[in-house]
Amino acid sequence: MSLAVRARGLRKVFGERAVLDGVDLDVRRGEFLALLGASGTGKTTLLRILAGLDSATGGSVLVPPVRTVVFQEPRLIPSKRALANVIIGQGRAARPKGLAALAEVGLSGHADAWPATLSGGEAQRVALARALVREPDLLLLDEPFAALDALTRLHMQELIAELCARHRPAVVLVTHDVEEAILLADRVAVLREGAFVTDVQVGLDRPRDRTDPDFVGLRRRLLADLGVEAHAAAAP
Amino acid sequence: MTVTTTTPVVAHGLVAPRPPRSAGRHPALTLALRAVGPALLLTAWYAATATGALTKDVLAGPQDVAATFADLWADGQLPEALRVSVTRAGLGLLLGASTGLVLGVVSGFTRLGEELVDSSMQALRAIPFLALTSLFIVWFGIEEASKILLIAVACTFPMYVNVSSGVRTVDRKVVEAARSFGLGRLAIAREVVLPGALPSIFAGLRLSTTLSVIALIAAEEINVTAGLGYLMARATDYLRTDILALCVLLYAVIGLAADLTLRLAERLAMPWRRTVTIR
Repeated sequence: MSLAVRARGLRKVFGERAVLDGVDLDVRRGEFLALLGASGTGKTTLLRILAGLDSATGGSVLVPPVRTVVFQEPRLIPSKRALANVIIGQGRAARPKGLAALAEVGLSGHADAWPATLSGGEAQRVALARALVREPDLLLLDEPFAALDALTRLHMQELIAELCARHRPAVVLVTHDVEEAILLADRVAVLREGAFVTDVQVGLDRPRDRTDPDFVGLRRRLLADLGVEAHAAAAP
Repeated sequence: MTVTTTTPVVAHGLVAPRPPRSAGRHPALTLALRAVGPALLLTAWYAATATGALTKDVLAGPQDVAATFADLWADGQLPEALRVSVTRAGLGLLLGASTGLVLGVVSGFTRLGEELVDSSMQALRAIPFLALTSLFIVWFGIEEASKILLIAVACTFPMYVNVSSGVRTVDRKVVEAARSFGLGRLAIAREVVLPGALPSIFAGLRLSTTLSVIALIAAEEINVTAGLGYLMARATDYLRTDILALCVLLYAVIGLAADLTLRLAERLAMPWRRTVTIR
């Protein structure tokens, strides 16, 4: 199957510390990969290198020409209305596509809203519409739910699952939430001390059930890889 | 931010991402690049006077100006003139900028302050300060007071406009948090509002500094017996273009030196702005 991401021997050094130390990564087209890791393990660094926002210290990386990012914060331009934010850089001809993307994230009524008047969840959905309207081959999600409240987060996770199933971009989701990773991803990889310690396929049927024993088992295993004790993991 | 990048296609339809190049230029190179413009200007000036395209009664060459500088410095005229002029500009700036700062904070931070202060400041701001020169002579005489006050008036308004808008853009949420932890109005102004408005305060201060030199020249048109303006007035009488060019350059150097000092102070006063990284 053809690839959407191909990285070999990727290194990133900050000062003395190698945050990424020889990372190899393949992501197939249409595959949903979740990157797990404690803070400071280089998940976001890896994503920023894939996005072309930061340079790697060493190694090679190949990505599709059209790739988009949803950041932890919405990062909308405050001086542009929601629709203008979605189609930023695409010209007025993209308005119908922008409206369709806003409708997909359930915000067709907010096309003329200023970003400052949107709630956190709404703003993040606008950011998602902005990423989807470009029909990316690679969608990069950098903890896009981290700043949202628990209920909004559940809705957003459902929305992402639904939209990714429909558009089938390759997705790299950076998260520190193990459940979120298992719920959404086809494959989960754990970064630790600059390299992958785990890379597993999630063989569960969708929609996934958090109480499924296989789900619970995988969750426990991933938490152990992240350095969280099993008994702590058993009581969420 | 959503980033879409289109880069030339390599194998399998995949491309290598092109991260923005870090602005890590060698400091020496930066300095050299910055020096190119001024060096070219100086060369052009020298060429124009050396070839005779500019005669000495129009503009003296840089080498004449340098010689004049050495002479006037040695006989003590120039140090004295500089001391007098810089003192005038400095006192005026100090007075005007402090007034602008206080009024700006009052107007930006309190509703009552805005209602009381802002309309009159906006009205006064519309008066060109040069128009006040004669009136100030009538009111304050031809001594130092009228000169310093004229400079002060000129410096007040840029400071006021920048500070009041800077204070208004301080994060209300942080102010609210500080209030909830029991800080009084004065404490909030000192601990939260002033540090938050520092970028605007420095912007205002830099504008005021430039204006203080402009106002200095206007003030030194009034019956002077000392200062750079006095040197210039005498040089005009004797058509000494070397002294005139020297004084013009010195005015520029004063402005530049003040600006550099402020930029340094800006870095020292806001250590929290030095380490901004995108995450």
